Amino acid sequence: MLDAHRLRADFAVFDELVNGKPVAFLDSAASSQKPRQVLDAMREFYEHSYANVHRGVYQLAERATAGYEGARQKIRAFINAPEAREIVFTRNATEGINLVAYAWGLVNLGPGDVVLVTEAEHHSNFVPWQYVAKRTGADFRLIPLDENGELDLAALDTFEGDGRVKVVATTLVSNVLGTVNPIEHLSRWAHERDAVIVVDAAQAAPHRRIDVQALGCDFLAFCAHKMCGPSGAGALWGRAELLEAMEPFNLGGHMIRRVSFEETTWGDLPHKFEAGTSPIAEAVGFGAAVDYLEAVGLEAIEQYEHELVAYALERLAELPWVDVYGPPADRRAGLVSFNVEGVHPHDVAQVLDWEGVAIRAGHHCCQPLMRKLGVAATNRASFYLYSIPEEVDRLVDGLHKAKQSLG
Amino acid sequence: MSEFDQLYRELILDHYKNPRNHGLLDPADAQAEGQNPLCGDEVSVSVRLGEGDVIEEVGFDGRGCAISQAATSMLSDLVKGRTAGEVASMPKEELLDELGIPLTPVRLKCAILGLGVLKLALHKARGTPLPEEWGTSANELVLE
Repeated sequence: MLDAHRLRADFAVFDELVNGKPVAFLDSAASSQKPRQVLDAMREFYEHSYANVHRGVYQLAERATAGYEGARQKIRAFINAPEAREIVFTRNATEGINLVAYAWGLVNLGPGDVVLVTEAEHHSNFVPWQYVAKRTGADFRLIPLDENGELDLAALDTFEGDGRVKVVATTLVSNVLGTVNPIEHLSRWAHERDAVIVVDAAQAAPHRRIDVQALGCDFLAFCAHKMCGPSGAGALWGRAELLEAMEPFNLGGHMIRRVSFEETTWGDLPHKFEAGTSPIAEAVGFGAAVDYLEAVGLEAIEQYEHELVAYALERLAELPWVDVYGPPADRRAGLVSFNVEGVHPHDVAQVLDWEGVAIRAGHHCCQPLMRKLGVAATNRASFYLYSIPEEVDRLVDGLHKAKQSLG
Repeated sequence: MSEFDQLYRELILDHYKNPRNHGLLDPADAQAEGQNPLCGDEVSVSVRLGEGDVIEEVGFDGRGCAISQAATSMLSDLVKGRTAGEVASMPKEELLDELGIPLTPVRLKCAILGLGVLKLALHKARGTPLPEEWGTSANELVLE
């Protein structure tokens, strides 16, 4: 059983006061706080093992390479990928998806092909596909949501007549609705049509066990900063045979095998996709974050957040002037988006800030989804392994204040 | 005074809940729309001019956060009786002083949206270009 109060001692930020009050940080879906174990690992690496990787013949460079490649091994195990060379370090999840959209999409898509994306996508898994579809002449189509904010799977077969479905891009967990998408089902559906499936796991990897082999997907992208790791590091997993067949994304140092005046050949996986100096210490911090989450237990984190979001939905249901979006608690990840009747989300977030409660207000990089919901913006409270029920209570108290003064 | 009272002090709340000069004018001598895509604030402003291009009536419509709507309401009172030329070059500090609250950069855009839209309306009517600091759109103000 996860003990959030004990875990909070690992996070110095919880000693901070905001407007004289301890901070209730309910914005982990945007970026998580960092435990001292991760910060210590990065400092230790910088102080004792730092050099550029893969090049030097000296001891420090070897240690640095061991730290960097060790992190890759940890990330491989974290998502149960078959091979470490299938893990490409990126800056963030967005870069991982762009890598696939450019290096796979530009080459493999054309007129008569269909690119399928869900209505709930974050712009990171929406805009690259919309752009690449336009560039290649492929059709860009949307898998609709039902009234619960869950994918309308029955609509999938209506895309059959439109052309060859070549790629399905979907998030595992919606950053606005908390919906958990049925990736196994979508993978089977895509593979029956010889399409590839690209999964945005930015909101899933921090909160639940991911097994890419069980999901059956072809690519999966996530980032360190939402899962207790540093910003500036992300990972893209892809099936080796797909990555091998792909052209490179960034070109330059390190990703080459041989360069001559006439031509250049590409290095092996994963180096072909890691041009230039990587975020080395950030990758080490990413590995330390994996260690931290594994020590707590992904199953325990999922279970704990599930209880917390159920409590939050219960408390919010007491407020008849609050509209909650997304599926019921038993099918939802640890976040909740809502609106307060008659009060703009920015005003809600401002009032909550004075109470020391940090939530997100805006379109959450999901403008198409906002249009679908018929709102300009929403408030979002998101939970993590250090969130506690008292913070949900402070949220609800703050909402009463916002409603009284502005509603 | 708590920060809450400071920012949403009574006057601003009053303007938000009971906006002055609400509703667009028809006919109008100048009109423009604008938005703040980050927050989803929207404001439209229309103006009727009298002799010597003096602003006789202002009407606005919009939806968005309390700051954006209250600031536009306060602005609509502030500019009546002034000439179009004067308001077209009015510094935003004048409106911010009137609001009299500290604003973070994100909220600042909410506060000046209405002023930008009004300026766009007046510049359009006068056939003069909107100053660059307000953006380059000729038909709709978009505060990025």
